[in-house]
Amino acid sequence: MIAAFTWTEFAEQIVSGLADGSVYASLALALVLIYRSTRAINFAQGEMATFSTFIAWSLMNHGFSFWAAFPVVLAISFAGGVLVERVIIRPVEKAPVLTIVIVTLGLALLLNGLMYVIWSGGDRSFNGGFSSRTIKVAGAHISIQYIGIIGVLAALLLVLGLFFRFTKLGLALRASALNPESSRLVGIRVGWMLAFGWGLAAMVGAVGGMMVAPLQFLGPNMMQAILLYAFAAAVLGGLDSPVGAVVGGLLLGLTIDLLGRYVGYIGSTLKLPAALLLILVLLLFRPGGLFGRVAERRV
Amino acid sequence: MSLLELRDVEARYGPVKALQGVSLDVGEKDFVAVLGANGAGKTTTLRAVSGTVRRSGEVRFAGKKVRTPEGAARAGIAHVPEGRGTFAELSVWENLRLGAYTRRANLNEDAARVFGFFPRLQERRDQQAGTLSGGEQQMLALGRALMARPRLLLLDEPSLGLAPLVVKEIFETLVKLNEDEGTAVLVVEQNANIALASASRAYVLEVGRVVVEGASDELRANESVRRSYLGY
Repeated sequence: MIAAFTWTEFAEQIVSGLADGSVYASLALALVLIYRSTRAINFAQGEMATFSTFIAWSLMNHGFSFWAAFPVVLAISFAGGVLVERVIIRPVEKAPVLTIVIVTLGLALLLNGLMYVIWSGGDRSFNGGFSSRTIKVAGAHISIQYIGIIGVLAALLLVLGLFFRFTKLGLALRASALNPESSRLVGIRVGWMLAFGWGLAAMVGAVGGMMVAPLQFLGPNMMQAILLYAFAAAVLGGLDSPVGAVVGGLLLGLTIDLLGRYVGYIGSTLKLPAALLLILVLLLFRPGGLFGRVAERRV
Repeated sequence: MSLLELRDVEARYGPVKALQGVSLDVGEKDFVAVLGANGAGKTTTLRAVSGTVRRSGEVRFAGKKVRTPEGAARAGIAHVPEGRGTFAELSVWENLRLGAYTRRANLNEDAARVFGFFPRLQERRDQQAGTLSGGEQQMLALGRALMARPRLLLLDEPSLGLAPLVVKEIFETLVKLNEDEGTAVLVVEQNANIALASASRAYVLEVGRVVVEGASDELRANESVRRSYLGY
């Protein structure tokens, strides 16, 4: 049972799927950035992103435009991420991974509570940086907001990619994640690299939060469902691979959208479980995820 | 005053004492070898210098206490550890870039010098380090250390698992480096023959203690050293 198919509608579905996927991808990327160096899943990633988005909301209430608030929020998020690592993660850095995971869970609860205290909870509307109108491209109605979200993610990836590939700091971050002991032997201060990684992750998550908030309402629990999708995306891509996280996020967004629209008996109620089932099947064949690979080694 | 001074250095892994009071000196422009059987504490001695093992006693480099591995690197010590410490997932070029991490110098100039020593690395510049042959990986480890323009090189068994010709090439490079540029070398070796042929002085370790020390020629003439380590 396949619903009526038109190419214009298919194009619209692709764009909305990619836009949703971009949000999952940004959060998945944040998870991977931390996982690579800390070997733990940061359960507070969603709450950190929501917190950043609330800061953006406050700034916009004080006369900032969205695009003026955007860089300020990124800077604050970065500093916040570094602070979290130094103050909360550092003391348990050498503890078993499970301890770190529990600490991030505690951090999630703490941030969630703080948001209720500071912004008194409640869902509120959030005006993003893009018009909610649509434009007509070859007969298809394409949302400017969706295109904007995809564009922002693409720009973010480009900047991060250049940073990791061509700067000394980016290389040092990668080296610290791959081999902390050797990194220290070449003079890298690995402890600070960890903190820097948390800062970057907080920043990337904040971008996701500010992109998704206009699509729904802004509330302390805004990212909780999205964090689950981001976990799925990160596992799909391979927890070790930033590229994998992004591809995983986009694929998940597309799959959920297309399944919901085109496979009749799945529809909007079953699209999520169906997508997760697909991931499960894929992981049976590639346990490391799509991009989780082991480097070839010779002695 | 020597460049590197170890005084009564002790180190342990959990309950096992690996070093029980080692004292050792490496002078400016010196080439020193550390010999000994497996488990004698050779690797731990190097790790004590760079601070990659918990230790007590005194480790001074150029008169200053060495505390952390990153501190040692910044002070001018380049440690090529057991297992070489290269980044298998990164390219040869990225490994070399990391070697120069503590310096603000001209990367290309330093790289040209390393490629002068090891032309093979230039050919493999963009290859993943983990895919190099064992000899090439040892060259990369040494090349990466040279990128830091160290005052002291610490080498842990550079001959391990390599063909005799490659071993010869690597030790020739070390001697050249030591003679032409005055880089001090502290090398730990199982292969006592080649180590004594290259170094001017040597220490012999047994269960975490220095049992013999002296000029390489004296050690080669020493009856027990000859029988235990040189095999003739």
